[in-house]
Amino acid sequence: MNDMLKISQLKVAIDDKEILKGLDLEVGPGELHAIMGPNGSGKSTLGYALAGRDGYDITGGSIEFDGQDLADMEPEERAAAGLFLAFQYPVEIPGVNNAYFLRSALNAQRKARGVEEIDGMTFLKSVRESLKQLKMDEALLKRAVNEGFSGGEKKRNEIVQMAVLQPKLAVLDETDSGLDIDALKLVAEGINRLRDGKRSFVVITHYQRLLDYLNPDHVHVLSGGRIVESGGEELARRLEAEGYGFLEESAA
Amino acid sequence: MSETVEQVQNLIQQRYKAGFFTDIEADKVRAGLDEEIIAMISAKKNEPAWMLEWRLKAFHHWQTMKTPNWALLKVPAIDFQAIHYYAAPKQKNRPKSLDEVDPKLLETFDKLGVPLHERARLAGVAVDAVFDSVSVGTTFQKELKEAGVIFCSFSEAVQEHPELVQEYLGSVVPYTDNYFAALNSAVFSDGSFVYIPEGTRCPMELSTYFRINARDTGQFERTLIIAEPGAEVSYLEGCTAPMRDENQLHAAVVELVARKKAKIKYSTVQNWYPGDENGKGGIYNFVTKRGDCREDDARISWTQVETGSAITWKYPSCILRGDRSAGEFYSVALTHNHQQADTGTKMIHLGKDTTSKIISKGISAGKSNNTYRGLVRIAKRAENARNYTQCDSLLIGKTCGAHTFPYIESANATAKIEHEATTSRIGEDQLFYCRSRGLDEEDAVAMIVDGFCKEVFKELPMEFAVEAKALLEISLEGAVG
Repeated sequence: MNDMLKISQLKVAIDDKEILKGLDLEVGPGELHAIMGPNGSGKSTLGYALAGRDGYDITGGSIEFDGQDLADMEPEERAAAGLFLAFQYPVEIPGVNNAYFLRSALNAQRKARGVEEIDGMTFLKSVRESLKQLKMDEALLKRAVNEGFSGGEKKRNEIVQMAVLQPKLAVLDETDSGLDIDALKLVAEGINRLRDGKRSFVVITHYQRLLDYLNPDHVHVLSGGRIVESGGEELARRLEAEGYGFLEESAA
Repeated sequence: MSETVEQVQNLIQQRYKAGFFTDIEADKVRAGLDEEIIAMISAKKNEPAWMLEWRLKAFHHWQTMKTPNWALLKVPAIDFQAIHYYAAPKQKNRPKSLDEVDPKLLETFDKLGVPLHERARLAGVAVDAVFDSVSVGTTFQKELKEAGVIFCSFSEAVQEHPELVQEYLGSVVPYTDNYFAALNSAVFSDGSFVYIPEGTRCPMELSTYFRINARDTGQFERTLIIAEPGAEVSYLEGCTAPMRDENQLHAAVVELVARKKAKIKYSTVQNWYPGDENGKGGIYNFVTKRGDCREDDARISWTQVETGSAITWKYPSCILRGDRSAGEFYSVALTHNHQQADTGTKMIHLGKDTTSKIISKGISAGKSNNTYRGLVRIAKRAENARNYTQCDSLLIGKTCGAHTFPYIESANATAKIEHEATTSRIGEDQLFYCRSRGLDEEDAVAMIVDGFCKEVFKELPMEFAVEAKALLEISLEGAVG
């Protein structure tokens, strides 16, 4: 079976400073991979490079997503191809209605894929369902995108977007940070509901506690711009208990 | 080859859809400004002697004045003797009804999306269409007459309702007010006149569409709206001009009079030709707009969406004379390429318990400069006056400028004045967020800008809010990337 995501020897630089220094990662269909690692190791850079943010220059290696080379694709083309990034810091867009934003995004993706636009009723039904599951107030639909949302509401709003957009691959960048335990559980359930054996996930996190709910297939440690250790769930538990200290020993 | 040309043409058309020229024979006075020209304009309009006298007084006053230079604008010297002050489409007789209007003119307004003939008229909106120096026709006049409302061209008002014109003309903006108001008073050729009788709520939206067509001319129109006690009216104006390499001057005066408990809502969608991407051509828009809340509990609200013109110099203002009277100013001003705008408002609080609200949204892109200039003045006798001002600027790109000059003068310690101002750049983070969800860059910019302007758009009448939004999108094409 082909990989959903195949990253080979990826090098990414920001302002000529190399952040990712030859990263390899393969994610199969239906798999959930967790990426952990100390601050400044390049975790968010990986997320942004996948989504195609300006200024994240690929200086070496390749990213293949669902059989397509991502390097020459615009962010919106990657989204239409089925890639979704849940932001660590979701952005506020004052005056732009949350529901209108999401519907426009969904229709832009559908248009790019040559699929008919979604009708208003079907859309509303789907988004209301997601809101309910994440225990979010429906009034948030009428508010401006992320404006005046609490930190937790912003993160849950990302999960609502993911549920409505139905990507093939979701990259979640520290979606668990800043969440209380109830919200964390809701977010984890939101992710698990979307696991259908085909959709893949890359979950970037600092903490074991989210992974307790997600049961990742693989756990990787990113350090100094490379994957330095891979394993199963037990690796996450070891990191939680021992910290990243042991990595430096093995690297030395 | 021809296909490429056509594509480029299409693109330009798309950027400024109203840029076409109507080939129609014009009755134009010679270029230049002197007493003879003014007398000619007055004679063409068959005006009474008092009208000509007033014009000449304005002209003599104008000769003593200098062009204002306090605005943050670079205004090239204007040769006032090179302009034709009157140009009108040739018509044998003045058409008695819209059926007699030259089809070419009707077609022009059709193309601009303002159909005048009965079949296609905008439902519920009466339109006065002004082409160069004259009004070519006004729709729904009969229906309005039944309600007691007078809505006609200014020239017609001078003939049919001279007592009203004489009483109110210059009573809000005297010809001595400023350089461009004096010029307008001397040479104004047409415009709209609205009179809403006591206790009457105007049964439909009123609208004037201003079109500049002839070359080397200026448009100098006057609008006068009178709302008697308890009257209510919502009025909208739209403006366009052909694309030309030369600059053209537009200097209008608008006067609003709101008597006791009267309400006037005045909206503008200004889309004069802005010049090309190198700053060549475009309209110089120097406009004086002022409303007088002359008696207690009167209310005047200005809403403007300014996307056109090479230069905009415009400060729709309210004189809050009556106790408890209220003034509002909602503005979206967008500048792109080499456009310059210096716009804002004046709220003059004279009466007790008067309130004013200012919401200004400036958007600058390209190499443009966008300035908000506003004055809030509280007179000594204006007990408990309140003002709220919110002034936001949005920058697109790194070569444009946004400036804010709020002036506050309070002579009464009971006044409450609040001012909030923000400046932001369309964030790379906002754009990336939208794009990562599947929206392309232009849609993303349009959405962010639309969100930024929401508070103002919601003040516009429905049909025009949609148009204004579309206009912003077109005006911003190519602003990013």
